[in-house]
Amino acid sequence: MNSRVTDKIATSIFVLFAAIMAGTLFALLGYILYHGFAVIDLDFLTSNSSSFREGGGIKNQLFNSFYVLFITMLFTVPLGIGGGIYMAEYAKPGKVTDFIRTCIEVLASLPSIVVGMFGLLVFVAWTGWGYTILSGALALTVFNLPVIVRVCEDAIRSVPRELKEASLALGVTHWHTIKTVLLPAAFPGILTGVILSAGRVFGEAAALLFTAGLTTPNLDFTNWNPFNIHSPLNIFRPAETLSVHIWKVNTQGIIPDVREVADGASAVLVISVLIFNLLARWLGSVIHKRMSGSK
Amino acid sequence: MTNQSEAVKERLVKKKNKRSPEFRGKVIILGSAGVIIIAAIAITLFLTSKGLQTFIANGVSPIEFLTSTNWRPTDENPVYGAVPFIFGSFAVTLLAALFAAPLGIGSAIFMTEIARKWGQKFLQPVIEILVGIPSVVYGFIGLTVIVPFIRDHIGGLGFGLLAGTIVVGIMILPTVTSIAADAMRSLPQNLRDASYAIGATRWQTIYRVLIPAALPSLLTAIVLGMARAFGEALAVQMVIGNARNLPDSLVEPAATLTTIITLNMGHTTFGSVENNVLWSLGLILLVMSYIFIVIIRFLSARRKV
Repeated sequence: MNSRVTDKIATSIFVLFAAIMAGTLFALLGYILYHGFAVIDLDFLTSNSSSFREGGGIKNQLFNSFYVLFITMLFTVPLGIGGGIYMAEYAKPGKVTDFIRTCIEVLASLPSIVVGMFGLLVFVAWTGWGYTILSGALALTVFNLPVIVRVCEDAIRSVPRELKEASLALGVTHWHTIKTVLLPAAFPGILTGVILSAGRVFGEAAALLFTAGLTTPNLDFTNWNPFNIHSPLNIFRPAETLSVHIWKVNTQGIIPDVREVADGASAVLVISVLIFNLLARWLGSVIHKRMSGSK
Repeated sequence: MTNQSEAVKERLVKKKNKRSPEFRGKVIILGSAGVIIIAAIAITLFLTSKGLQTFIANGVSPIEFLTSTNWRPTDENPVYGAVPFIFGSFAVTLLAALFAAPLGIGSAIFMTEIARKWGQKFLQPVIEILVGIPSVVYGFIGLTVIVPFIRDHIGGLGFGLLAGTIVVGIMILPTVTSIAADAMRSLPQNLRDASYAIGATRWQTIYRVLIPAALPSLLTAIVLGMARAFGEALAVQMVIGNARNLPDSLVEPAATLTTIITLNMGHTTFGSVENNVLWSLGLILLVMSYIFIVIIRFLSARRKV
């Protein structure tokens, strides 16, 4: 066969593969959003879910998802930035650094259900807390920490060397240089990475099944005492998040309108992930422009 | 008056001690690094010891566990054979990779070698968004679209390895594509220029030069996809049918390690044998994720460019 003909055939096969992939992915997004928009309205977003009757909403689940995400980030961001600074600034090449790198790799490659099992063992059973938001958030911290550490390390490493050297040459100490020169310069990169990882945490379900639980107590949104079991702010209450809810209604199949609830909830999840993505891109470029002074 | 002067003195002394914030900073940073090490070691140790309980405390034979195809934990003479689940996990992982690898790498080559601008501006963001779509959403789509499709057009109940494979395959497709595209993009331009300069066509360049040069990275992309497929729980659980014996065909209900854990962890008593065997299954997942790490390390050591 002529090599030019082979080339044409090969090119068309690549185009076909890319078309299949793009087609599948677009069909997927379109399907979720199309079916979701038929269901989502204000009532769906603001009414309580029902355990066996029709017409339940996702108010508590939506709140739980954001609240668990918030608590998780409260742990992950400082720890992740600390770890990232260590890897980028303090770690000397050698056995210890290799070992920490291996630890990060192990944490990053653990299946989320294994993280959930670890959470069940330590944060639920051993501490005696039971299924709580705090247990769920701690499990998700384990799940999310390696991502944030990598993001921060990359962001700090990509700060130009001259900035750091100029600061050190002025007699500023290492830690002060990190605080006042490196971290602000790395901020856009860190922020983008944190928001992207928030999307991942927001949709995670397997790690939460055995840590935050499958139920939510009756929440009273006028009760802001964080120690009351009916307060939405209580971190020692079980909390079913949106993605766990999708899984639960589909596998238990008790409510008659499984399809509608799952359609709506999936679309809300996907839209949230889209917003996280767009927000990360937009904020990243805005801050970058402002800091580098180019308009 | 004295109080005030003492406070001033204290502040002056503190200011002199310039090493103090430096030291505090170092403690914070080392503390964060310590948490990472502790977390990784704690997970490995706790899950290993809990997973071995079945064999040590409950006296289940590890050989039976790894070779028997019977899983009857509630019988009078309970048998704990994990083969159906191990088989299910490997089957789903390998078949999903077989589906996702050519499509993903093909699309990556399309994005980097054939339609660079279009790929960069249009496909790349879409793929990045799809990497982030929660797995339960993939499972739900599988349940409402793929399962009925298989039931109507191929046969069986629709639930089974085939449905699981398709769902997981679609799920890991963006992962494989984006890592493979990164690998192709990081190849030096000289390789392409040299190949075109001696008159090679685009296909010859891709097939003879670029793919061999990027091979270790492309394999890494596939292995990372497989690692994700192996550990995926809820999406597979929703479509695989959850049977406890070895399936005879792709359209019969089956189970994987993750699905049986998901299903039974909630309603077995913590500390009982039925519960402990689930932790042993979890230990297999842990060991497999270590094996995936070793494979990826091996591949990255062989990276040529």
